Amino acid sequence: MAIEIENLTKRYGLQNAVDNISFKVNTREVLGFLGPNGAGKSTTMKIIACFIAPHQGDVRLDNLSIHSNPDEIKRRIGYLPENNPLYLDMYVMDYLFFVASIQRVEKSTIDSRVREMVGVCGLSNEKHKRIGELSKGYRQRVGLAQAIIHNPEVLILDEPTSGLDPNQIVEIRKLIKELGKEKTVILSTHILPEVEATCDRILIINRGRLVADGSPSDLRKQAQGQEILNIQLETENSPATIKEKLMQLNTVASVESEGNGQKFFKVVSKTEMSSRKNVFRTCVDNNWILLEMTGQETRLEDVFRELTN
Amino acid sequence: MPAIWIIAKREINSFFDSLMAYILIVVFLGLSGFFTWLYGNDIFLRGQASLDAFFGISFWSLFFFIPAITMKTLAEENKTGTIELLITKSVSDWQIVTGKFLACLVLVAIALVCTLPYYVTVSKLGNIDHASVWGGYFAMILMSASYISIGLFTSSTTNNQIISFLLALFIGLFFQILFDVISNNMTGTTGAVFDYLSLRNHFDSISRGVIDSKDLIYFFSLITGGLILSEAMLSKRNWK
Repeated sequence: MAIEIENLTKRYGLQNAVDNISFKVNTREVLGFLGPNGAGKSTTMKIIACFIAPHQGDVRLDNLSIHSNPDEIKRRIGYLPENNPLYLDMYVMDYLFFVASIQRVEKSTIDSRVREMVGVCGLSNEKHKRIGELSKGYRQRVGLAQAIIHNPEVLILDEPTSGLDPNQIVEIRKLIKELGKEKTVILSTHILPEVEATCDRILIINRGRLVADGSPSDLRKQAQGQEILNIQLETENSPATIKEKLMQLNTVASVESEGNGQKFFKVVSKTEMSSRKNVFRTCVDNNWILLEMTGQETRLEDVFRELTN
Repeated sequence: MPAIWIIAKREINSFFDSLMAYILIVVFLGLSGFFTWLYGNDIFLRGQASLDAFFGISFWSLFFFIPAITMKTLAEENKTGTIELLITKSVSDWQIVTGKFLACLVLVAIALVCTLPYYVTVSKLGNIDHASVWGGYFAMILMSASYISIGLFTSSTTNNQIISFLLALFIGLFFQILFDVISNNMTGTTGAVFDYLSLRNHFDSISRGVIDSKDLIYFFSLITGGLILSEAMLSKRNWK
């Protein structure tokens, strides 16, 4: 099920928390929502989940709008709020039964659905405990279980892996990826490697505005523009001569020698060109021994910092 | 199962789970039983087979107990953030409010059912006026419902249970006694208005066994008013 967000605006006081945002998420897409704290990620998710109404704009699921059919939309969305609030005095099983029945899961299937969720989210050993007795990781699983118990077509997960240990993070990511095969998923996070691991597409939002939209590799390419090669040579020649010879190549834009006296160089190619082959041939011609040649990838961190600073 | 009832059921379970329901029922029975049977202007002193003594004391004990029941309903959800969880489920704000209202009312009704042995005992003692006993119970349910809806509203305004409790008592006090006092000091239309606002008069006339539409309208508008205000507070998040 596709979600369309149209010109969404939400103000808190005089500040625009979300400022005229529009985007579309397609079915079976896992969308990562990135941005610094206070950028408007949670607000946008709360609006999609029908918790708060926007000042302007609309969110549409197929033909349903948050303004006219909130009940129907809420039934089709599974939402894990930020900080994962739960009824701490309830037992895990009771809680899942409660959520299943309130989300109008068919009565005959509630039992099997709850059992399935306990299995999927790895809660079998904790199912008879009170939620308040669970550790943060298990609470997060309960939060996830309650979000997917009614088999929603859309999942909205606000920082689903916050507070989990590395093993749990890997498990939850695997689960989200699995869910993303048949559902539309929007998740927000601060952890950039997480986006690369789970998301097909990234939206970066800053001060309530959309600043980037694309797949992780797209974004990296966009930010990079020019190919950067790190090379290490073994030769008698001085760094200055090497530099001069490399600069003669018609694909090279600039060469910087790095490291004191060591023969490390950073070769930046001209836009849309690759110097790998030329650098290799030059080395052969001059009898330099090429010890290392690696392409430097722009990390998502760099993209993020560039766009949100 | 309708959503209202699912919410009410969860709420009732949480009352009984946290022992609160038991404590409340025991204290209510103890207090009303003590003053009905043992102390002060009790049943034996009156020399009449009537439950007036019981209704008189319950009129006050329920007044204090009900804010204690309702204070947590929405205030705690506001505080822990679970209200976000509830609202984003497939229920309307209205269903949330009425579900919680029903849960509190059921709890009070259970407490009142526990006092039915008083009725049975007294009816064995002499010639009891059955109509006025049922009228009394009916009046107590109506009064409880009114205070529950006021308590629900005060609970929806805050995330602090103590504030919710005190605010409910404060607002309740006007209906319980203050309007009555004011009306005694006023004459003419103003006096009549305050006289009508006082809950005591309506309570008394129903508990005499006389069901008048004027009294019913009074209670139902109080209940609906409280519920509408609670719903408004809940949907305040959508105000622009």
